[in-house]
Amino acid sequence: MSEPLLSLSGVSRHFGALKAVDAVDLGIPAGSRHALIGPNGAGKSTLFKLITGAMPVSSGTVALGGSDITGLSENQRARRGISQTLQHSSLFLTQTVLQNVLLAAQRHHPGRRSLVPRRQAAARERARALLADVGLEQRSDTPVAALSHGERRQVEVAVALACEPRLLLLDEPAAGMSPAESARLVGLLQALPESVTVVIVEHDLDVVFALATSVTVLHLGRVLLTGSPDQVRTSDAVQEAYLGTGRESLFLDGTGPAHLEVS
Amino acid sequence: MSVVPDSTTEPAAAGPEVRPSPTRGRGLALRAAPLLVLFLLLAAVPLFVAPFTANTLSRILIFALFAVSLDLLVGITGLPSLGHAAYFGIGAYTAGLVSIHWTSEAPVPVLLAAAAGAVAAAATGWLAVRSGGVYFLMLTLAMGELVHQLAQRLTGVTGGSNGLFGIPSVRVGGEPLTLAGLLYWYVLAIALLGFVGLWLVAHSPFGSTLKGIRDNEPRMRSLGYSPFRYKFVAFAIAGGFAGLAGGLFAGLVRIVNPTDTGFTTSALILLAVVLGGAGTLWGPVLGAAVVVLVRDTFGPQLDGHGPLLLGVVFVVAVYVLPRGFAGLAGLATRRRRAPGGAA
Repeated sequence: MSEPLLSLSGVSRHFGALKAVDAVDLGIPAGSRHALIGPNGAGKSTLFKLITGAMPVSSGTVALGGSDITGLSENQRARRGISQTLQHSSLFLTQTVLQNVLLAAQRHHPGRRSLVPRRQAAARERARALLADVGLEQRSDTPVAALSHGERRQVEVAVALACEPRLLLLDEPAAGMSPAESARLVGLLQALPESVTVVIVEHDLDVVFALATSVTVLHLGRVLLTGSPDQVRTSDAVQEAYLGTGRESLFLDGTGPAHLEVS
Repeated sequence: MSVVPDSTTEPAAAGPEVRPSPTRGRGLALRAAPLLVLFLLLAAVPLFVAPFTANTLSRILIFALFAVSLDLLVGITGLPSLGHAAYFGIGAYTAGLVSIHWTSEAPVPVLLAAAAGAVAAAATGWLAVRSGGVYFLMLTLAMGELVHQLAQRLTGVTGGSNGLFGIPSVRVGGEPLTLAGLLYWYVLAIALLGFVGLWLVAHSPFGSTLKGIRDNEPRMRSLGYSPFRYKFVAFAIAGGFAGLAGGLFAGLVRIVNPTDTGFTTSALILLAVVLGGAGTLWGPVLGAAVVVLVRDTFGPQLDGHGPLLLGVVFVVAVYVLPRGFAGLAGLATRRRRAPGGAA
């Protein structure tokens, strides 16, 4: 395995007594398509926030491309090539679709420090190309506030890609999309170049298994399993984490694997 | 003025943008024409009106520039300030002192006033911009009051509560501008430059970054922007243009009082911005016109009940025009663009 692009070692985040993320070790090789799954409350979104820097870690280190970025702020990490879409659309509602994407694109194309209006041809062209990729070229002059939920998700993806990321974190990008839209999204993500490493949190397992080359299952803040999609599909522990251990565990003492995870 | 249209092709309403260039050129001319007519009208005004009216118009222009500089903070960046008059006042005192002790030759006092406003805003903004919401309001209010107190106490420099008087009239090429009409042209020229400057800032990539921060600061951070830096620069720029307006004010009325730096002035100008429609840049110009007219022109005819009338106007405006005067125009375009479009 090559040098991991993103490596987490012993990353934890505690809220009081609750260990939302508990000593997670994870190495994600450059160019991989890695899925992060787990039941609700497994700590997936929190882990994302720790990676992007939106939330400080309680302990542990986060490294990107071999250098420690644990102490960097969110915007510094973003400038090093981490980009994300959030679980709940977070866009600039008063502005048009194109302006939203431009805000991300202008950072990465020359001319952004200018105090004077400019054509920004490079950024504009990139933004339009991205909108065509996500299927919104007809809507570029529509205010984001007037878009449907699914369309906003598509804008999110375009904005995240406009940051020209090395590491792209997608938090439930397909949530609320129609089947056609999410098929398009999968196609778009599959077409991304090797230089972009993708980590995706998704409940739609069709999307996960269509995309991912490796899968990590989180449960109660801990890594339950990391492996190929097939290993994960057949794992008993994963079945149990998702479906529960059966009612007997409510009455019987410490037998199932779920107990091992909790303790 | 023909500098402006060059940049009207920029994003704002990317509507005509997509079409091929000949149409764009014509759209440009169409958009530039009303501006040109407006400019000619404004320039022709002193040929037809009495000196007192010219003087009132000059004051309106100055307060309009002041209001638009505040709009850069309130409407574009989303930072409502209650101490913006501090930088206006610092500019006014600077221009006054420069005129008294050194020279009142045309651009020197106003340029130094703008510089002083920007430096003062940079010094205080460093602190204020770190906070947000109510805390930002309180901090700017405190800073405004601090400057007000300084203006009161430093009697040796500012003349204390008597005000700084005896400011010589502005000179252009050695000739003093004493006629109201000539003074009006001077104010018009500088104020227009100020408007153009603020418009350019608001419509630059920097300006769209500010709007992004206003709409969704956490998201801007995750895109790799440092909101603090942008807000700080915006604060300094707004202070600079407020200083410029203050410099013009000192040249026009030739006396500067501590109240020009205080809370009352800050509140009035914030009122002008809200009345006109924050975030539009041109709305606050109308707001400033209404505030100046009500306070200075109609106020004296009401036995000093000008502020009362202003209060009534404000309450009515908030109920009838929640987005200010600019909201009226917005209503018209929205209806044209999308029948039954989303709110």
